[in-house]
Amino acid sequence: MSEKKHRTGAISRRGFLKALGVGSAGALVPAAPALAAQERVPAPSDGELATLLDLSKCIGCGACVEACRESNAAKFPEPVKPFPAMLPSRRAKPEDWSDLRDVDDRLTPYNWLFLQNAEVEYRGESYDINIPRRCMHCQNPPCANMCPFGAANKQVNGLTRISPNLCFGGAKCRTVCPWHIPQRQSGVGPYRHVLPRLAGNGVMYKCDRCYQLLDKGELPACIAACPEDVQTIGPRHEIVARAQALAKEMDGFIYGLEENGGTNTLYVSPVPFELINQAIDKDSGPGANRRAGKKSGQGKRKRSPLGPGKPHMGPVKDVMADEANLATAAFIAPVAGIAAGVLGLGSKLLNKGEGDHED
Amino acid sequence: MKTRPYPAWISRLFILLVAALTCTGFMQMPLAKRYALTTLPGMAWTGDFFLVHRIHYVLGTVLLFLVALVAVNWLKSWRNWLALTGLGLARAVVVGGLVVSGLLRVYRNLPGVTLDPTWILTIEWTHLILVMVLGVLALVALARRASAYAVRK
Ligand code: SF4
Ligand code: SF4
Ligand code: SF4
Repeated sequence: MSEKKHRTGAISRRGFLKALGVGSAGALVPAAPALAAQERVPAPSDGELATLLDLSKCIGCGACVEACRESNAAKFPEPVKPFPAMLPSRRAKPEDWSDLRDVDDRLTPYNWLFLQNAEVEYRGESYDINIPRRCMHCQNPPCANMCPFGAANKQVNGLTRISPNLCFGGAKCRTVCPWHIPQRQSGVGPYRHVLPRLAGNGVMYKCDRCYQLLDKGELPACIAACPEDVQTIGPRHEIVARAQALAKEMDGFIYGLEENGGTNTLYVSPVPFELINQAIDKDSGPGANRRAGKKSGQGKRKRSPLGPGKPHMGPVKDVMADEANLATAAFIAPVAGIAAGVLGLGSKLLNKGEGDHED
Repeated sequence: MKTRPYPAWISRLFILLVAALTCTGFMQMPLAKRYALTTLPGMAWTGDFFLVHRIHYVLGTVLLFLVALVAVNWLKSWRNWLALTGLGLARAVVVGGLVVSGLLRVYRNLPGVTLDPTWILTIEWTHLILVMVLGVLALVALARRASAYAVRK
């Protein structure tokens, strides 16, 4: 793998990664970097990259937030105003963040990473925990699996991404995401040209793990910019091992290993995540850590210009688990049908009611 | 040729399944809430994406069983005394495409499976477009009063 040009500041991180054995820049992307996004690998998670965030290190300086904005500025929406008048207007309201681009204390279409803070008392000690929050990059992401247009997808290298050219902004991904991560901007995207009044409402935005940098073998901006080396990225199995070792070392806890069946973002903290979840500044609303779609899918939350966008850190069960179980039945069904037919089990039933014309 | 030479319950079950699958399929798009379907009595479930998705899977499973059963019986004996109508053949092909793209979709959703985004797009839109084609064909068949898939030779 040839040497890559480094972003300023990335070298030390690169060296850091190397020293930790996570791998060289080349190892960050499993296949030829330029092709990594296109490769088809129907195999399990080995090629997936995961990130580890050591929360004991984060000083809350915000360099990552700043770097994320800079790195992804070209992807931010430039909505055309006025927005199309939508039907029914009472239910389909535009969401506009374009005049609030500076908001950095929550997730917005213009801010894909923000810092949460939790002051926690644990075992007689007080901790001040800073938590960089963004998409968790789930291993079996409901946002991608449930998108009816194929606009949200998981890539072979383990990140999920929403294509702005295909997204209609129906916000289903936000509803089914256990953390309600993707955020909507109206006035952009294909809905404007297809059925602006009747279907769609913009485009959904979230962290795409700087795929444009990863594809070049470079580190995501937030990782490269961090002065405290809070984040590490590498093949998931290595990152999981590292997270477990780190958690053991600090007698701490991991978030992301079990949550939603496993994510490609692992947080390690010296204090339990239950306590963090209770203390963080969040307004994802009651029920946010329950099964997504049940509460939030029914118009319970009020939508204001500054609505939820501050994900929780509570327990999340695997929201796609039932679908995975039902899948087995779906694969067996045709086989069972064929077997039934061959065994003649069907013919009796099939011939019933057909007596009126068999001669 | 109005009377169907094959049992009526197959037609009825098939029509019921396809109708319910079309409905739960379209509810995969975020329409129920926007168009206030969820506010109708007894229809609140249409706003629960996961529930609708699971129902779609279950209905799909029953359809797969039925289609396989019919296909085997067709090959075993029916084809000796039945002939597909033109519209019947067209719809059978479309149903075949729906079955295959549907199964691929189920496969794609399995944990540990990651397909190329281009593939996913193809699967997704094939499934979506085919169901619309099936709808058009069904309307044509109805209008021509030739809704039977097969007639006696
Ligand atoms: S955290 Fe939410 S948006 Fe991110 S991959 Fe998981 S389901 Fe999708
Ligand atoms: S990976 Fe990139 S897009 Fe995601 S939070 Fe970090 S800088 Fe932002
Ligand atoms: S740059 Fe690093 S230390 Fe600063 S807030 Fe982000 S993760 Fe924390």
